[in-house]
Amino acid sequence: MSNVSDVIIVGAGVIGNATAYYLAKRGLRVTVLEKSEYIGNGGSSRNGGGVRQSGRHPAELPLVMYGVKNLWVNLSDELGMDVEYYQEGNLRLGKTPDHIKTLENLTNSAASGGLDVRMIDYKEAQSICPYLSDEVIGASWCPTDGHANPMLTTLAYYRAARRLGARFVSGAEVVEIRKLGGRARLVVTTDEVYEADTIVVAAGVASNKILETVGLRVPMNPALLECLVTEDCPPMFYQMLGTAMADFYGHQSKHGSFVFGGTTGYEPYTTYGGTPPATSGSAPGTCRGIIKYFPVLRDLKIVRTWAGWMDDCADHIPVIDTPDEVAGLVIGCGFSGHGFGISPTAATILAQLAVGETPVLDVSRFKYDRFKVRT
Amino acid sequence: MSAVDRTRDIGEYVPAQDDDMIVCRCEEITKGEIRRAVHDGMYNVHEVRRLLRCGMGLCQGQTCARLVKSIVARELGVRSLEDATARAPMRPIEMSVFANDGGGE
Ligand SMILES: Cc1cc2nc3c(=O)[nH]c(=O)nc-3n(C[C@H](O)[C@H](O)[C@H](O)COP(=O)(O)OP(=O)(O)OC[C@H]3O[C@@H](n4cnc5c(N)ncnc54)[C@H](O)[C@@H]3O)c2cc1C
Repeated sequence: MSNVSDVIIVGAGVIGNATAYYLAKRGLRVTVLEKSEYIGNGGSSRNGGGVRQSGRHPAELPLVMYGVKNLWVNLSDELGMDVEYYQEGNLRLGKTPDHIKTLENLTNSAASGGLDVRMIDYKEAQSICPYLSDEVIGASWCPTDGHANPMLTTLAYYRAARRLGARFVSGAEVVEIRKLGGRARLVVTTDEVYEADTIVVAAGVASNKILETVGLRVPMNPALLECLVTEDCPPMFYQMLGTAMADFYGHQSKHGSFVFGGTTGYEPYTTYGGTPPATSGSAPGTCRGIIKYFPVLRDLKIVRTWAGWMDDCADHIPVIDTPDEVAGLVIGCGFSGHGFGISPTAATILAQLAVGETPVLDVSRFKYDRFKVRT
Repeated sequence: MSAVDRTRDIGEYVPAQDDDMIVCRCEEITKGEIRRAVHDGMYNVHEVRRLLRCGMGLCQGQTCARLVKSIVARELGVRSLEDATARAPMRPIEMSVFANDGGGE
């Protein structure tokens, strides 16, 4: 088979797969090279599934709002697979006046970006989700937030792109990008050389290793995030949940199980490589957080815990850009722990950048060269 | 690790008599669903499991993991495949028990 295509995408996470889909839909010849033997084996199959606008960085807010309005609503139909998208709102809960202050700040920032999000009292929160602990005193409420199944979304984009003729090669580790005639053109894996007019690097936290071969580097580090899932139980509530202190976040899935994530405070202290290890202290801490806000869930059984790496950028927002330094290259990485909700929009834009179109939204905040040195 | 081109032709999905057989009892996934997933591009147990949830229920695949693996391998025409990853806890455990590990402030 010929190794020449219009676009090569490095990385078959949700960003790479979705970009492949939008490009294949335009009739382009696309090749996706994935280092792992498994499609979507990075953060994309390991995340909490949040499709949230509230709490987002002001620069990211327009992208995720665009996605919620235009892309997520039809995604299951478009991809021919139920991605289990629920748009039942996001409750971010608080128990103390300090928590409420934190929530108010987040709410004001998002509302000034045009998002429908507001503070509500315990009574209103209780009317939305009757299972709350009565220690909750208030919450922020964003009715258009939601969640989806990240494994299905990632595989749905893969399946749809593959059906449109995109070529996926797994077990294909990219080790170098080479220029030809001043443009990035050749993509070298451990056993093949591929060629394309445009190369999209969407390799998550491992993107730097590839970008460095053409002299580029995004200031980002790996950080370990962890999740757990419970046995299934009858439907209780379908809001996305979070707290002012980020003790935990999560939701009930279509299947009936609850998926929760939490933080330990030690996320950046990790060594990237291999299967991300679930640490012993994380899930118990998340359980304590959950029980404090949802005592009714205390007897629910945990069936599995897992972990994944996020690609945490210095300013916690991604790079989505065609860098001036290297013609023929598109970068989409550094999604900093919130790349799932934004993925349909980010990939739409990456596909536009790959064909030289003006993106549907302004992406100047996500430029590669925004990181200026201190002096 | 070797490269696997997902455009590799593995032939059409051909319905079989035992396609209705339940393979994963926790999540009620049939042999036919697993076989169809392979033909939809899920070329290993990880992807099949993420798509269908087989082996992700209460027993976490302790009953069906080997069977799922052999069905996927046969469909692909390969001799062996890697196992899916096992994760803690070993047995389902109540949140309140898990929470009680003495950690936290
Ligand atoms: C536990 C956890 C919870 C999260 N919760 C949420 C949430 O609720 N909401 C939300 O919006 N986001 C969440 N995120 C973040 C989200 O998962 C990521 O931002 C998103 O999946 C990033 O997708 P990606 O395609 O950029 O990266 P990845 O999924 O990591 O994909 C990158 C791919 O590139 C491949 N690759 C690496 N090096 C090479 C190479 N040399 N050659 C070829 N391929 C290579 C990798 O194997 C990988 O498959 C969470 C993340 C984690 C870990």
